[in-house]
Amino acid sequence: MNEQVNVIDLNAYFGHIHVLKGINIAIEQKQVTAIIGPSGCGKSTFIRCINRLHEVVPSARLSGEVFLDGKNIYAPDVDPIEIRHRVGMVFQRPNPFPVLSIYDNVAAGLKLNGVRKRGQLDGIVEESLKMAALWDEVKDKLGASGVSLSGGQQQRLCIARALAVKPEIILFDEPCSALDPISTGKIEELIFRLKQDYTIIIVTHNMQQAARVSDRAAFFLLGELIEFDRTEMMFEAPADKRTEDYITGRFG
Amino acid sequence: MKAVYRRRKVVNALMCAVVFLCAFLTLAPLISIFGYVVSKGIASVNFDFFTHLPKPVGEPGGGMGNAIVGSLILVGLSCLWAIPLGIAGGVYLSEFGNSKLGAAVRFTTDVLNGVPSIVIGIFAYTLFVVPMKSFSAVSGGFALGIIMIPTVMRTTEEMLRLVPATLREAAFALGINQFRTTMNIVLKTALPGVLTGILLAIARIAGETAPLLFTAFGNRFWHQGLDQPMAALPLQIFVYAISPFDDWHRQAWAGALVLIAMVFLISIVSRIVIYLRYRSFK
Repeated sequence: MNEQVNVIDLNAYFGHIHVLKGINIAIEQKQVTAIIGPSGCGKSTFIRCINRLHEVVPSARLSGEVFLDGKNIYAPDVDPIEIRHRVGMVFQRPNPFPVLSIYDNVAAGLKLNGVRKRGQLDGIVEESLKMAALWDEVKDKLGASGVSLSGGQQQRLCIARALAVKPEIILFDEPCSALDPISTGKIEELIFRLKQDYTIIIVTHNMQQAARVSDRAAFFLLGELIEFDRTEMMFEAPADKRTEDYITGRFG
Repeated sequence: MKAVYRRRKVVNALMCAVVFLCAFLTLAPLISIFGYVVSKGIASVNFDFFTHLPKPVGEPGGGMGNAIVGSLILVGLSCLWAIPLGIAGGVYLSEFGNSKLGAAVRFTTDVLNGVPSIVIGIFAYTLFVVPMKSFSAVSGGFALGIIMIPTVMRTTEEMLRLVPATLREAAFALGINQFRTTMNIVLKTALPGVLTGILLAIARIAGETAPLLFTAFGNRFWHQGLDQPMAALPLQIFVYAISPFDDWHRQAWAGALVLIAMVFLISIVSRIVIYLRYRSFK
């Protein structure tokens, strides 16, 4: 297996609060890696360090190295914009751009980076919406607002929007926590298909979801990585007592 | 217990009446001003009023065509420089303004908003009129623009702040740079609110008289160039209203009516445009 993301001694802070403490983890290509753990344990912060979104928050800083295909993304000569093209992200709450149409939501990442050719955009928009399993539902109303869709459709729109930029890795930050079970099922199905072409890292609060979709799982607690293993191993025979307690619902 | 309920009901009804009365009292001045101006002015508003120059005293008829055009030019001149500057300043305050410099800018903007308009007129006078040795439209547009800036800037800031941070993050996560994110996502999302601020500012400067007294100055003729004195409705109304001639008084009322109508029209038309543009996104 090919290690695509290699995190070495990553520490992240918000002001004086030490959110991530010495994280070391290697994430494999074209696999689904689930990040689990109780609220406030640094899961979201961790994935936001992989697309350099952590630094957007005022007072946020970090130390350590994150290698993407062998290149440290925090090296001084690396442009965060380039990293964000390669590492897409889907957020906890669906956040389509409210004043853009469905078409423009999907095309935003390309259009606002200088891709103007209508034919090329049309192709990518259709392809991305198909990959996100949304095309059939919206193909007749591409001009409508992104927020006119239901919550589940909005989240798939956000996935299509991320796919359109053609990233290598997609980060999902609790993508289903604002969705009903049916929409959740659709997103999970989608993640399962996407892993053929993309490396996926998904933060989730839902143990069943982690068990269903992921190949590997990492358990975070109070900013530390407690355990990282194949998902079956984690759920059947966790090595650490704290992992077992969390998975079986004894705390958290 | 019963007595308590009854008392509550009575107090409730009483307070409702008081609040309603207060609401009505705040509207009363607007309604009465508007009614009074319409009743006094409507008789003198005719086609000639919009297309003709003022007639000398004693000659009936004539209009304020030059002042209407002049006011539009002056407002246009102010918008031309004050809107881009105000929006850019608002963007700075909202996106980068969480600093000491930001706080200082915010404070000075609020102070500027409180500076009497006549003082701004004097400033424009010394800066433009004195060196150019002539009253001029540009000096008027400069003075009115200064009055616009704080309103445009602060409303832009407030409106941009209402745009959720998640939208900025979504744009960043797509690899969209800060400039594009601000212009095409954040500003675009907040546009209706930003335009409302601009309209408020236009409504305010359209009626400003004091700073024009020694900048645009007024003119009895059609516009002679931007470096020349220019007529403006508020100035014309002022001159006509304090004159001893009944005919001019009637013209002044008509001018006031046209001025109010212009501000209303600008605001209604822009609201319709915003509504049509954003209809599908509500």
